[in-house]
Amino acid sequence: MAAHLSYGRVNLNILREAARKELREFLDKCAGSKAIVWDEYLTGPFGLIAQYSLLKEHEVEKMFTLKHGRLPPADVKNIIFFVRPRLELMDIIADNITSEDRHHSSRDFHILFVPRRSMLCEQRLKEQVLSGCVQECYLENDQTSLYHTAKGLMTLQALYGTIPQIYGKGECARLVANMMLRMKREFAGSQNQILPVFDTLLLLDRNVDLLTPLATQLTYEGLIDEIYGINNGYVKLPPEKFAQKKQGEGSKDLPTEPKKLQLNSAEELYAEIRDKNFNAVGAALSKKAKIISAAFEERHNAKTVGEIKQFVSQLPHMQAARSSLANHTSIAELIKDITTSEAFFDNLTVEQEFMTGVDTDKVNTYIEDCIAQKDPLIKILRLVCMQSVCNNGLKHKVMDYYKREILQTYGYEHILTLNNLEKAGLLKPQTGSRNNYPTIRKTLKLWMEDANEQNPNDISYVYSGYSPLSIRLTQILARPGWRSIEEVLKMLPGPHFEERQQLPSGLHKKRQQGENRTTLVFFLGGVTYAEIAALRFLSQVEDSGMEYVIATTKLVNGTTWIKSLMDRPESQTQ
Amino acid sequence: MAFITASWNPLGDAFYRKTELYEMSWSLRDGLRDSLVAAAPYGGPIALLREPQRRSPSSRPQLEIYSASGGAFASFPWKSGPVVQLGWTVSDELLCIQEDGTVLIYDLFGSFKRHFSMGQEVVQSQVLEAKVFHSPYGTGIAIVTSSSRFTLATNIDDLKLRRLPEVPGLQGKPSCWVVLTQDRQTKVLLSNGPELFILDNTSCTVVCPSGLSPQDGSIVHMSVSFSYKYLALLTDTGHLWTGLSTLQEKLSEVDTKKTTVPKQMLWCRRPKSQQPSVVLMWDRLLLVVGVCNETIQYPIEDPCVLVGEMDGVRIISSSNQELLQEVPLVCQDIFKIASMAPGALLLEAHREYEKSSQKADEYLREIKEQSMLGEAVRQCVEAAGHEYDTNTQKSLMRAASFGKCFLTDFSPDQFVTTCRELRVLNAVRDSSVGLPLTHTQFKQLTLQVLIDRLVYRQFYPLAIEICRYLKIPDYQGVSRVLKHWASCKVQQKDLTDDAIARAVCVKVGDSPGVSYSDIAAKAYECGRAELAIKLLDFEARSGEQVPLLLKMKRSQLALSKAVESGDTDLVYTVVSYLKNEMNRGDFFMTLRNQPVALSLYRQFCKLQEQETLKDLYNQDDDHQELANYYVTASYREKRLEGRLSLLQSAVDEYNKAKNEFAVKATEDEMRLLRFQRKLDDEKGAGLLGLSLQVTMETLLSLGLHKQAEQLYKDFRVPDKRYWWLKLKSLAEKEEWDELEKFSKSKKSPIGYLAFVEVCIKCNNKYEAKKYVSKVTPEQKVKAHLAVGDLEGAADAAIERRNEAEMGAVLSRCSPSNSLVIERLNRARAAIAKNFDSIHTQAPHLDRRTSCCCPFTIKASVCSIAGVIL
Repeated sequence: MAAHLSYGRVNLNILREAARKELREFLDKCAGSKAIVWDEYLTGPFGLIAQYSLLKEHEVEKMFTLKHGRLPPADVKNIIFFVRPRLELMDIIADNITSEDRHHSSRDFHILFVPRRSMLCEQRLKEQVLSGCVQECYLENDQTSLYHTAKGLMTLQALYGTIPQIYGKGECARLVANMMLRMKREFAGSQNQILPVFDTLLLLDRNVDLLTPLATQLTYEGLIDEIYGINNGYVKLPPEKFAQKKQGEGSKDLPTEPKKLQLNSAEELYAEIRDKNFNAVGAALSKKAKIISAAFEERHNAKTVGEIKQFVSQLPHMQAARSSLANHTSIAELIKDITTSEAFFDNLTVEQEFMTGVDTDKVNTYIEDCIAQKDPLIKILRLVCMQSVCNNGLKHKVMDYYKREILQTYGYEHILTLNNLEKAGLLKPQTGSRNNYPTIRKTLKLWMEDANEQNPNDISYVYSGYSPLSIRLTQILARPGWRSIEEVLKMLPGPHFEERQQLPSGLHKKRQQGENRTTLVFFLGGVTYAEIAALRFLSQVEDSGMEYVIATTKLVNGTTWIKSLMDRPESQTQ
Repeated sequence: MAFITASWNPLGDAFYRKTELYEMSWSLRDGLRDSLVAAAPYGGPIALLREPQRRSPSSRPQLEIYSASGGAFASFPWKSGPVVQLGWTVSDELLCIQEDGTVLIYDLFGSFKRHFSMGQEVVQSQVLEAKVFHSPYGTGIAIVTSSSRFTLATNIDDLKLRRLPEVPGLQGKPSCWVVLTQDRQTKVLLSNGPELFILDNTSCTVVCPSGLSPQDGSIVHMSVSFSYKYLALLTDTGHLWTGLSTLQEKLSEVDTKKTTVPKQMLWCRRPKSQQPSVVLMWDRLLLVVGVCNETIQYPIEDPCVLVGEMDGVRIISSSNQELLQEVPLVCQDIFKIASMAPGALLLEAHREYEKSSQKADEYLREIKEQSMLGEAVRQCVEAAGHEYDTNTQKSLMRAASFGKCFLTDFSPDQFVTTCRELRVLNAVRDSSVGLPLTHTQFKQLTLQVLIDRLVYRQFYPLAIEICRYLKIPDYQGVSRVLKHWASCKVQQKDLTDDAIARAVCVKVGDSPGVSYSDIAAKAYECGRAELAIKLLDFEARSGEQVPLLLKMKRSQLALSKAVESGDTDLVYTVVSYLKNEMNRGDFFMTLRNQPVALSLYRQFCKLQEQETLKDLYNQDDDHQELANYYVTASYREKRLEGRLSLLQSAVDEYNKAKNEFAVKATEDEMRLLRFQRKLDDEKGAGLLGLSLQVTMETLLSLGLHKQAEQLYKDFRVPDKRYWWLKLKSLAEKEEWDELEKFSKSKKSPIGYLAFVEVCIKCNNKYEAKKYVSKVTPEQKVKAHLAVGDLEGAADAAIERRNEAEMGAVLSRCSPSNSLVIERLNRARAAIAKNFDSIHTQAPHLDRRTSCCCPFTIKASVCSIAGVIL
């Protein structure tokens, strides 16, 4: 079912199995038939660990979405709420339960809090019945998510062994590392005796590299996410290009429902092209097409019964490959329509100008024009923030000008959003200090003039020239080490540190010659698909001697990221 | 070795032996005479209350507590009321049952723990007799009062008093009685004169033991076995009836020929007993009566106390202590004179081997011939476990080890375990510790409980030693002992807080599983708050510190510890506690020193208590946030006046925050709102709440040019944006003349290509063409292409000698434009000729735009689509 998770160096299925086991045990605790009421936000993540069939095996008969009012009728013994510990959700549950009471009385209600129960929520429920991460950390200074991260890493260590080395950069990274070390002390003695799978843990705070998520990703997967948005491994696409064109059926109506596709490496073709620069995807698809049609041609060569039988036995696999190819060709066409548009080109040109440091200190005419054309606000904010980051802050005049333009065009209420962006450091006025971005860019080689998109030799291919700062830091950590870039590290926000965790004797790894070291890279506050592609690229480079496993609090792109920072007072009133 | 059997006495098929356990290390002035004595099973402690009935205030009776070997634990004068009965609970606590029904509980060291009463009714009518009994539910107490009523409590830790029904015809106390536990029910069996009754919760039934004839007389003594399975009844004619405690089946009936009532009567059995017996004790005689009718008689010098064990009876006198038990079968087999059991032969073989005699080989051969060597080793190991004398143990184990050498694939587990357990048992049997456990008892008691008992007796080093020796995981072993030790340490009144904290820290260190907060809680219970805080500092888990700190009212400290833990839920816990405990001012001040807690609380307020949020910002003089708060609030306000006044507050706060931009922007917004309101009133334009841009757009579309113009000027809208706006608006309304006028009003800040494109978008090629000539040279090609004028575009491109532009034009050409294509190709060839030379001259040409375009795959993707479909 999830075989693709088992292949890698680190068997991630263990983690998935552990999660499934916990879920099964929970379900079995409530004897009898059940109905699950879902917090919609959770259906995605739960879909990753359990299909409906699993739930069905455990007597789950009905599923509803959490909303106000009475629950839909269901003849079950248990009602289970799967919710995040959020106060507003508690109100809904209370509402559900109180309106239920008058009709049935012999029902059991259970609440499963994900990731865990919160004392406030419980209190809230009692009162009633009887009477995003960067955003959180930098806007609200709420460490809850960091605490969960640290807990998560402890779970990971319980399953995969203690990670001997921890590196980190950024404020949040420091906090998480501190919590981990503290928790380790707290659980001293219950230490597990598992040979460590990971050699190194690298904690990277998104705040250290604000630039990368702002840039438009140019890998295949990255572009799908930028344009259509990937949610828990699924993407919804406009249906037109996927219409079945079968002969004889005539022209039926085009489907209107968006086409939902699952994207993961279980699909051979997708695994092959997801991390490629979009410019190299065409060639790959075409090559694949030739292989598949050659395979189908084989049938003409099949003479003996044995040969025909063999051909037939391969048919299902070939047909799956063919439909997968058709799907991705359609997706590539959809994306191509956008990437070849002038608007996309202009936007990218400006982004690249910023990243190479061209005229970052002036008001940019393209942004100005976009505002005049009332392009989506998020696009504008992405560009303005990018300019600010690449210029180590904007001149007062420039910044005020942008802000005024935005408020006048998109409405005064966005003053709060702008304030949030300033708090998050994405938008800031230039202070006395010199613009250090060019130094950072040059030292870390953030811009590669000759990025090779077809046969990449450097991570910069994922942004067609720009090498994500976060991944450069990872790369340099592996070789030659952070000591070589001490100066630049100081320029980047937050502390950098190194911690060692003592391993119980006997668990020290005896490394085979040529065996790769494994690093777990944890992105606090999100990671983009392009960054993941870059890390996978680094794992594949033969002489790197490093394998990377990626963990994060969530997957982001510039749009979702900026969205999480927006404040909409007028929508709160509804 | 041959003398081992010297202390054996035959009883039926079995033998009984008396082993000396200790010479008692106590020195009792008056022996055990006139004392109330309670000794707990499993080698438990002994409590003595001297002359309990003496009731002169000048000399109070003395209560003394000893270990089983007579080591003193405590001694103190008894100051409470007259005691009827002493007893021990399963967790080594002393129960003192007073005449008035009050039960006082003391620990091993004589410190008072708690008390409870056996019921109100008892107070008036005095306890005549009481019994302490043990059952799977814990330790229970049964009493009979002077009004002849029985009251039971099955578990003193979960006290539920049950008053049993009246016994017909009973006056005062019965002649004898016992408590039985059967079928998960606790009952009382009692005899009154010739009659025998069973008392349970609801009824009192007359019973008759099977096979006991009325001629045998009335029952004067009774005893139930350790396991509650067997019952012994003694009649006034000296007949001893033994049978199942259900009274259904008789084992035997023996005439003891003694008519005096014995002082004590107990069962003496062992698991898998060959010959169970009952031990009766009179002043000068101990009589062992087997179910086989045979008896053994032992004379007694001193007054003694018998203690029933699961595998024998301990006999405690003032000078020594002995264990009377049936010799286990395996020991019989080995040590019985002339035994030919494999174990006996092996022991002999080893003895000869030690003497370097070849007989060893003969014996061995004999065992091996019967293929009994494995059995022989097993017997020796098992027998060693049952022996009390260390020399006997050693010789048996050596023999076993010797035998093992001649065996292949024999599992050493039993041998190793027995070795270890014997070492532990020998250590705890030592007189200084005084826990005379047999191996059988030890197995029943379990190691966990043994360690607990050592801990109760404060033998911490020994307990730790045992844990380490038996390799018990720290959690259940060493750590637990240390925790007890520390909890005891903190109660030492003669040491300073510092000294204790240091001592605890040094010993406990960071042993896994020891919770400093538990120790601290103990210290706090004993009224040592300062010590508790010192100890809490050692606690690694900040989360654990918080609840106790809150309990001790150290809320500030609790808060900072909660913050330290990183567990936000914990922080919320403390914050909400503080919120209820403190007045608002203090609460805010406390939060102020804890930024993390403060921001958490803020977030909570954001969701729940907007007003409080305002107060918080106010208190912190956080004008920026306060202003933001007003802005947010303004959007909740429906009335314009209210909205404006909130925005005014925002302006004031932005001013204080020195945020000039925000002041200006907010004032602009207010101005805009007023303007919109005015126009809405006058023209019904529906503008309120729109952005400036949209307002102008709406005005233009309504034809209110003057008002739009006014906004443009008032709000200093950049020309560029206004021009775009007006251009689009006019084109959309197809006011082409107006548009042309507008284009000529001054030089367009957005150029004229925009005009061309907007016209085309509105499908007016004619109008678009008007502006092509005004476009700057760089945009000429684009403009011509936009209006579909290929030739014009080609001209412009050729004129500018721009290859890319030529390419762009070419890509738009269809075969029908062959003339244009030809011209362009010619021009391109000409440029290409020159290019080489230019390129060599300028190698630093910017290649960025040529290598970074991800737009060259069009052709390839299309071709694939063809292949597949």
